[in-house]
This record gives sequence, structure tokens and C-alpha cells, in this order.
Amino acid sequence: MLKQTPLTALHRELGARMVDFGGWDMPVNYGSQIEEHHAVRRDCGLFDVSHMLPVDFRGAGVRDFLRSLVANNVDKLQTSGKALYSCMLNEAGGVIDDLIIYFMDESWFRIVVNAGTADKDIAWMVAQRDKTAPGIEIAPRRDLAMVAVQGPNAAAKLWNALPGSQQLTENLKPFNAVVVGEMFLARTGYTGEDGFEVMIPAKAAPFFWRTLLEEGAHSCGLGARDTLRLEAGMNLYGQDMDETQSPLESGLAWTVDMKSERDFVGRAALQSSEITRQLVGLVLLDKGVLRSHQKVFTKNGEGEITSGTFSPTLQQSIALARIPLGIAPGEEVEVEIRDKKLKAKVVKYPFVRNGKALI
Amino acid sequence: MTIPADLKYTPSHEWVRVETDGTLTVGITHHAQDLLGDMVFIEAPAAGRTLGKGEECAVVESVKAASDVYAPVAGEVIAANGEVESSPELVNQDAYSAWLFKLKPANAADVGDLLDAAAYQKLVESEAH
Repeated sequence: MLKQTPLTALHRELGARMVDFGGWDMPVNYGSQIEEHHAVRRDCGLFDVSHMLPVDFRGAGVRDFLRSLVANNVDKLQTSGKALYSCMLNEAGGVIDDLIIYFMDESWFRIVVNAGTADKDIAWMVAQRDKTAPGIEIAPRRDLAMVAVQGPNAAAKLWNALPGSQQLTENLKPFNAVVVGEMFLARTGYTGEDGFEVMIPAKAAPFFWRTLLEEGAHSCGLGARDTLRLEAGMNLYGQDMDETQSPLESGLAWTVDMKSERDFVGRAALQSSEITRQLVGLVLLDKGVLRSHQKVFTKNGEGEITSGTFSPTLQQSIALARIPLGIAPGEEVEVEIRDKKLKAKVVKYPFVRNGKALI
Repeated sequence: MTIPADLKYTPSHEWVRVETDGTLTVGITHHAQDLLGDMVFIEAPAAGRTLGKGEECAVVESVKAASDVYAPVAGEVIAANGEVESSPELVNQDAYSAWLFKLKPANAADVGDLLDAAAYQKLVESEAH
């Protein structure tokens, strides 16, 4: 039996095409995933991301514990509500998961982890806690639903849907969150547009979704979620990196803070590792569609596409690929698609930001 | 959506219309485009190409997957639909008017081996989840 979110019944009522997404019964689209993609870039889309998991860390010493748990530096979080994107590494420097950490106060941090890795992450975090910080309470919040409201009109529609929220979130900067009653509103997202990820009690979710639909928001599924995040140059765990890969070969060096003496799990391995590959953006110059695992041929050897798709905003196929070092943006490579070698250009990513093409 | 009774079908979800001059017009069915989702890339075979029955001759790609299209009978390609190649979404909008290519069959009688609408309907129902 597939796992349900608090919104599964509503998705079916709205006519969603449902799929098994890592054991979860999730909507992949409600009709046309390309229309849903455009709705987010131009207006406002809603995503059920309740399969992801908020985890609350409470107690004295949480900050200290997190300093060594994750590769980015939580000391960057000094004001309540500020958030940080980070990888959590194993001792070999491989990525266990990528996650967002919210600092609420010195005795409460919230971390949101991916759905497919939630069990693994909790087990790891608990083991580390037991070893180094036994007083910390770790509370997975399966009682919460999470809805992402994304697009240039997301804020306006959210404010109409939630009277009183405008005053509290109008000046909320990106990568900051605020608690409003039972709701946790974070100005974060996985689309490259303005918007919020809203964590609310499960039973409040269907009404919240319906209210936003009444304000003109569009229901969007996992299909559009993937094309949006790829245009925005955002990694997908399990596809663009996994436990066998270093963040330094996954385009995530910017999330690893080794500026101070701070020790964290995986630091030693990273410092002694030799980097031989890089994650780059690709745009297909010939007609076709780039997809995961297609071979990439460069002047310095072979690589592989980690994520590929057709970009609805750019009307071209784009991808992230792990290739040898020494290939720079602007250079051409070849991609093997169904026994033919097609031309692609290496580009810096993101490919799209705030609805505009960057490539 | 009802399956047009005047067309023939293959188990691989192509539809075939027998024209008055004996040539065949080939596309993919509504069921096929529904499974694949939004089309983004279509490559039809070039005119002049000779195909064997069941030979891979075209590709339809949606955002989520690529799917091969097979020749329903042996024959020679006489035309490819450039309009559909430029606007793949036409297949999603109306699969039975968005033809992919036209074929001159090697043997007129081969069309008799194809499924009629009722048989195709049964096939689709048996595949339903």
C-alpha cells in the first residue's frame, strides 16, 4: 500500500494522474505538466511536498551538534528564522542528503529532509546524537503537511488566502522563515521563483489548498516540479549526487564551509580527496531530449548526464552532467542518444531565473 | 475517448488510415499520447525510406520518456508530417489528426492483419491499471 499525504484524496478529486514516487502516492500532473510549469513561471503554482520531512532539533547544545553534523556552517544563522542549504556527509565525504536548516532559537532548529532519504537520515542523525550530544531531542514531524506556493504571484495569493499573513511575511527575505500560529512559512522553494514552503498541521492542508485554488493558484505535480528545478539549476538527490559522490564533484562546493577550523563529519575525507570531475550545465544544440545516464564525450574523456529534460521555458533540452575537469562553459561536447552522437554546449547554470532565460 | 471505427490499429498503439488511393496514413493513438504526456520532440522517417513490418521508424518523445513508433506493414515512406515535427503538442491535442508519416504498402493485403477498433479497444482495456 502506497503512503498517502494529507492531500492525496484531494489530488484524486482534482483529477491528478497519480504515480508511485518512492513508495508515496503522488500527483505527477493534473493534465499538462508543461502548462503547470508555465503557470509557476508566470503566475502561481501549488505543490504537495508533504512526502518530505521536517525534523525538529530541540535542547541546549543543538547549534553545537549541528556544527559537526553538516558541511555548511550553521554559525551563518544568527537571526531567528534564517535558513541554510547544506549537505550532510558521511565519513568518506559522500553525500547522505541535501537539506535546509532553519534556525528558530538557540534551543530549536528545524531541518527539512528529502522523502526518499528520510528514514536513512533520521537513523544517521540519531546515531550521531547518541554518540556526541545525548541531550538533544530529535522529533520527526509526520504530523505536518507541506505545501509549496511558487511563482511571481505566489506571495499576493498567499496573503489573500491567509488574512494577517501579509504583515508578517511581506518583508521576509528569501531563505528566511516565520512562525504564524500553527503554520511555519518559509520563503524558500525548488523552482527558482519567489514563493513559500508552508508547513501546517495535516488536517489543515486540504482547506489551505482549496483556498489557494480559489485565489487562482494552479495545482502542479511532480512532472512540473522536475522541469522547474532543473531550469533553476537545483540538484536532485539520488540523481545528481548520492552517497558515492563528493559535494565537490556535484556542483555543491559553495555549500561546504571549510573557512574556519570547524570540524564536521566528512571534512577530513574532503580535504584529502582529489577532485577529478565537475558538474556542468548542458544545452542540446541538435534536436532531441537529454536524459539521465546518457554518455557525454569530451576532449578530456567521458562523462554522464545526471539529470536531463526538455525545458518548457527555453524550448530546448537542458541537463546537468558530471564530466572531467578542464572543459569550460562555451565549449562543445557530444552526447550519445539512441546510438547517435549529438552536439551539446557546456553552460553555466542556472538556466532560468525569475522567469528569464540566463543562457 | 472513443476509438475511431474507420481506422486500423497495431498492438504498439499506432493507428492506420487506408486512403482511397491505397496509401496508408500512420499516427499514434490517443491512448498512446495519454500515457506519454506532453510531447516535446518528434522525428518522423524521411520520404523514400523502405521499411519492413514492425521496423522502428519514428520517435515520439515526451518530457518523461521516449517511445519508438513501428511500421504497421512493410512499405515505402512517401511523406513525413513536418507540421507535427515542428509542433509535437499537436499529437496531444488530437492524436487522430496529427499523423506522423504516409506509407505506400508493399502488399495491399497486409492491412488485413491489423486490429480493428473493437480489437484495439479490448487491448487497451486489458492494459488498463
